[in-house]
Amino acid sequence: MAKSKKNAVGRRGFLKRAAAGAAAALTVKPGAALAQPQTDAVRPAAPPASARQVALETSTPTPRADVYTTDRPGADFMVDVLKSLDFDYIFANPGSSFRGLQESFINYGKNTKPEWITCCHEESSIAMAHGYFKIEGKPILCMAHGTVGLQHASMALYNAYADRVPVYLILGNEQEIAFRRSDVEWAHSVQDAAAMVRDYTKWDDSPISLGHFAESAVKAYKVMMTPPYEPVVICAKGGLQEEPMPEEDRHSLRIPKLVVPTPPAGDPNAVVEAAKLLVAADNPVIVAGRVARTPNGIKLLVELAETLQAGVLDRRFRMNFPTHNPLYNVGSVTTADVVLGLEVPDFWNATHSQTPINRMGMTSRPTTKAGAKLITITAGDLFSRSNYQDFGRYTEVDLAIAADAEATLPSLIDACKRLMTPERKRAAEERGRKLADEHKRTRDRDFDQAAVGWDASPITTARLSAEIYNVIRKEDWSFLSDTTFISWWPLRLWDFDKHYQFIGGHGAYGIGYGAPAAVGAALANKKYGRISVNIQCDGDLNYAPGVLWTAAHHKIPLLSVMHNNRGYHQERMFLQDMASRAGRGIENTHIGVALDSPNINYATLAKAYGMYSSGPIENPKDLGPALKEALEVVKKGEPALVDVVTQAR
Amino acid sequence: MKTLAFITVLLAGVVAAAQQPAAPAGNAENGKKQFLRAGCWECHGYAGQGGRDGARLADTALSQAQLTRYVRKPTGAMPAYIDKVMTDQELADIWTYLKSMPMPKLAKDIPLLSEIKGQP
Repeated sequence: MAKSKKNAVGRRGFLKRAAAGAAAALTVKPGAALAQPQTDAVRPAAPPASARQVALETSTPTPRADVYTTDRPGADFMVDVLKSLDFDYIFANPGSSFRGLQESFINYGKNTKPEWITCCHEESSIAMAHGYFKIEGKPILCMAHGTVGLQHASMALYNAYADRVPVYLILGNEQEIAFRRSDVEWAHSVQDAAAMVRDYTKWDDSPISLGHFAESAVKAYKVMMTPPYEPVVICAKGGLQEEPMPEEDRHSLRIPKLVVPTPPAGDPNAVVEAAKLLVAADNPVIVAGRVARTPNGIKLLVELAETLQAGVLDRRFRMNFPTHNPLYNVGSVTTADVVLGLEVPDFWNATHSQTPINRMGMTSRPTTKAGAKLITITAGDLFSRSNYQDFGRYTEVDLAIAADAEATLPSLIDACKRLMTPERKRAAEERGRKLADEHKRTRDRDFDQAAVGWDASPITTARLSAEIYNVIRKEDWSFLSDTTFISWWPLRLWDFDKHYQFIGGHGAYGIGYGAPAAVGAALANKKYGRISVNIQCDGDLNYAPGVLWTAAHHKIPLLSVMHNNRGYHQERMFLQDMASRAGRGIENTHIGVALDSPNINYATLAKAYGMYSSGPIENPKDLGPALKEALEVVKKGEPALVDVVTQAR
Repeated sequence: MKTLAFITVLLAGVVAAAQQPAAPAGNAENGKKQFLRAGCWECHGYAGQGGRDGARLADTALSQAQLTRYVRKPTGAMPAYIDKVMTDQELADIWTYLKSMPMPKLAKDIPLLSEIKGQP
């Protein structure tokens, strides 16, 4: 890697400048001039060399042991750079490899914009950032050791990557061997820190100078926030953070201007072609993946669906479409003559069936009818990695538009409206009436199914969901959980229509995401006064329960309601499948998956972390009152947890 | 021609069914034990309420024979239980247990559900 001549500071020269710089720096107002580039024309003339400087230049270099302090560590400039990117918070578990940056953030940076949030695990830091972004639409700055911290963080980073969520991760690392002061720092150093996560990040760099850091830090932000959104990594050398900022750099360093690119919209001709197919279709259906990047994405999808009177099959990755809209989750891929996939990473799964797990061998077939036209619009076509397979199977489609779906929707809606003849409009309205009937039947069926086992103990997940909704529905609420493990009950019973009311799931189904993502999302909701609610799976919480302390310490209002089914139930069902395939009975399938004997008391756990809690609740009649009490705590700005012993799904 | 073939197959089925031994009588108490032992609750719920991974079994419309046939050779993703794992008698007991469950309430009979659904 080529070194910038300006910043190619040899050890001796670096030390000399550091010593001389201490006096010169007194004339530089910290932070004030760094964002403004200075030309040679206005740069102050160098002061005459002092006797000490002359001695330094002409004699054998003295050890730097006599230089104890600096008023301007390199980390201060890094903080200036990172502050320019407008992060609200830093989520981090402390690590010595970024101690310089941490000190600069909390003192020089005054611990505001970004504010430091104490995390108890790097996996929690990243998952909190994951949740925060999905509410606020702004990325979080995370920090971790380049070695052990990143090893902890890596699963959560993969979740974010698979969920197309940007995370800005700074890794502390000491690349220069002379600066590694102990066996600990040798163990915490790495040749290529980002290598471990390069397969599931969008870009990374390891800057070797402050100028390099500034440019790479800004570029990383730009890359990260260009759809498809993905995490990025910047490595911060220990020496760059902790050593004095080289004197000449103080006058020449600048922070590059950030311009985030506009999201890529679809080719106009291809968009018109898609509109022709959709308007001419007798049964168009829309499959929605991660369509709504912003609140406006929901409005646009509603407008498209209502223009076409097409059902929207939601893959539950985002809040894409209001659940009470008559076009929500109606229609079918099997009867559709045109299927439009919007930001659907698993489009193949949405349009194919496979041999189920209870049978040997594997065959698959399309579930679409013969002659059906398939259209995709996805920014996923603009970015691919090879190793990790979250991209899903290749799908044969008739029209693939490589673009951000939300950015393309306005032109697609416009084209559809222009092509809509009175005859096609009548056909659409007739279709819409049928779909509305289907929506009502589905809703009636869901509510009747929710009634089954209403008084059962363990408490059904349907009742759990209904009781929670009953206490929050008149509030400005935000639901922060995946619904996969609770039979999707909230999405079946509650009325969702705002972008912050649902944030989808893990991305890569890496367990341990739920609790921290909810805490991060609740932090984003805090300033709006929203009631944040999380149905918390027990297995998930046990990965890193320390995030409850983070919520208590930082006074993050969040109502966590345990889905305490006392096991890793998905895996238990898989064991059941395997045992049945082998014809061996299922008596042993609790081994390795049950979380009982002893039962875990999550109310006690929450109390230990300084949080209000109640439960475990086993009688469904006790649930409503317990939720109301907990909600009062949350309304006062504190987190609360209600432990509920639940049915498996 | 198709109609004739269908009737022939149907009659054959009726004759075959008539030749099969009578289905065993079930015991609800043992059925409950088997329901728990066999892990039926894992997907179908302790109350047979069903969920993401299993159909509703409470107030099932399946006959005992249909239940047994389905468990032996499910058409969906449910694991197949061979006779060695679960006998016909045990399945009969489970079916009897399911039929002994109280009739589930309807949503309209539960004030909370009615309220959140927007009904009076």
